[in-house]
Amino acid sequence: MKVILQNLTKRFPNRNRKIHTEVVAVNDFSFEIPDGKLIGLLGPSGCGKSTTLNLISGLEKPTSGKIFFGEDDVTNLPPERRGVGLVFQNYALYPHLTALQNIMFPLGNLKGDQKLSKEEMVEKAFEAAKLVQIDGLMERKPGEMSGGQQQRVAIARALVKRPRILLLDEPLSNLDARLRLQTREEIKRIQRETGITTVFVTHDQEEAMSISDLIVVMKEGVIQQIGAPQEVYDEPKNLFVAKFLGTPPINVFSGEIRGNRLWIGGEAILSTRPLPDQKVKITIRPEGFLPKEDGALSLDLIGIEVMGRDTTVVSKHPDCENVEIRSIISSETRIDTARSNVRFEIKPHKTFVYDPVTEERIDFLKEEDHG
Amino acid sequence: MGKNNLKAWLYLLPAILFLGAFMVYPLIDVLIYSAEEGYNSASQTYFGVGLYNYSYVLHDPYFLQAVKNTFILVIITVPLSTGFALLISLALNSIKWLRNLFQTIYFLPYVTNTLAVGLVFMILFKKNAYTDGLVNLMLRLFGAGPVDFIDGPYAAKMFVLCFYTIWVVLPFKILILTSALASVKQDYYNAARIDATPKWRIFTRITLPMISPMLFYLVITGFIGAFKAYSDAVALFGTDLNAAGMNTIVGYVYDMLYGDSGGFPSYASAAALILFAIVLTITCINLIISKKHVHY
Repeated sequence: MKVILQNLTKRFPNRNRKIHTEVVAVNDFSFEIPDGKLIGLLGPSGCGKSTTLNLISGLEKPTSGKIFFGEDDVTNLPPERRGVGLVFQNYALYPHLTALQNIMFPLGNLKGDQKLSKEEMVEKAFEAAKLVQIDGLMERKPGEMSGGQQQRVAIARALVKRPRILLLDEPLSNLDARLRLQTREEIKRIQRETGITTVFVTHDQEEAMSISDLIVVMKEGVIQQIGAPQEVYDEPKNLFVAKFLGTPPINVFSGEIRGNRLWIGGEAILSTRPLPDQKVKITIRPEGFLPKEDGALSLDLIGIEVMGRDTTVVSKHPDCENVEIRSIISSETRIDTARSNVRFEIKPHKTFVYDPVTEERIDFLKEEDHG
Repeated sequence: MGKNNLKAWLYLLPAILFLGAFMVYPLIDVLIYSAEEGYNSASQTYFGVGLYNYSYVLHDPYFLQAVKNTFILVIITVPLSTGFALLISLALNSIKWLRNLFQTIYFLPYVTNTLAVGLVFMILFKKNAYTDGLVNLMLRLFGAGPVDFIDGPYAAKMFVLCFYTIWVVLPFKILILTSALASVKQDYYNAARIDATPKWRIFTRITLPMISPMLFYLVITGFIGAFKAYSDAVALFGTDLNAAGMNTIVGYVYDMLYGDSGGFPSYASAAALILFAIVLTITCINLIISKKHVHY
């Protein structure tokens, strides 16, 4: 089922009643979610991603704009008539019911000719439970299960009534690091097996990058960029997206374009296509540094961290916004730690230049460097 | 280890002394009194030891009347007050407008003096030579004859007592239940809404189980409180409850000690222990039932 969000806006009255301004949680949000895809809504806390999810589920009503499921306009439908499955951040499993009863709960609400017998309900519940691999724990109550198991029960409960759309609100945030890795693969697998259009919300960019077919990066209720994870990572449209994606984070320098060259401090690091002279923000991905004796950029060496196949060079530069510059280089490259500085050549495709005021991207690559 | 123990006992000493002097000792004393036959409080002498006091109390028509009154009071007021409190809490929980005002109004009886309220009830219900009372005036509108609720037939008196008791215990129950309802996380209701759960099913399958611990707490304390009823009856019918036929078990104990027929600590002790046995039995039954039905 394809989902279309059309100019969706949600305003909340300010909680402090003395301030008569409104909080715009979602601002003119337009996006078409393709059928059968896994979409990650990504952004920092308070960017409106959960509100967007609640608008799709119907728990919140939009201030303006429209929502379509396929061809149906569902904007004014209450949540119970939208046929969505929602997995809550804290799972919201009924603590007094067993896993089986929890999963069966939505089936008990079916009316008319959809009504199921007890046996059919149990059968369907076990079907859903098998999909998330918890069919062995059906008699346990949520309190007797681990976080990961509860998570699976919650997903099974959302899947059991065959929703048109599956929504997951920060599905992994309550899990420990190892379980998170495992569960996100599970979500991907379950989504592929069922083919249900799935939207999930996260503030963890790694999580979004690793399993989404498409990611939507949001900031203050506004879409910043939509695209396949790799595409967004490789071509961040603005400074926010560049900074938000990537671990370790991108390194941001204050620099300038002068004489068709990119300058950081007194060093020209790359040449550009013909562009007017201006102050800019130069961002370089950690993997954009190539250690070279005669490299263009000189950084003050702090130390190196060897992590198996990669080596991280930690350094600093007076014009860099980051406290530490982290550059990841191949572990075969030797860095002389006795020296106080290290020189790098900069890879042009790992470097993005932004206007310091509008924070929009400036394409600086020369014709022959494109493609 | 030994030193630490000593310290611990030292810290516990004030509480132990206090509880010992004012709870444990009187409890033991009551047991002893109840077994002393023919005890004379003036000379502090008795004839022998046995169960005669219990037998006397159990054959005393006043005591039997008190037991009957108390049981009727318990059986009527506990379920009704809990039910009403639940309904009112649900209503309070679902309105937004003027919610605080209503909460305050429903809580007012709790901070009002029992005897003062009893007096007001008496005036409302009483029929005397000059007036039939407000309630009777209203009854007349419906064509019903004047009933003397205070000195009249037993059913009318019982009705007033139950009505009054329910009115007095409601606020506390409403307070507990509204906070219990408010503590049920919105997520559960959202999850239920998404799954198109009908309202009645949400109530029976989610709300009720979630607040069941509090509900049972109220039922148990409600039973105990109703079994100990006394001041309510005094407020409505005056101190000579035996004559009014509206005595309660605690009232009987009090009368045996200090009332017109008083001066019999042995009978009072026996009656008190019988009450204790009743309350203990009922509470145990409650707990056994609650184990089966209360979640968590």
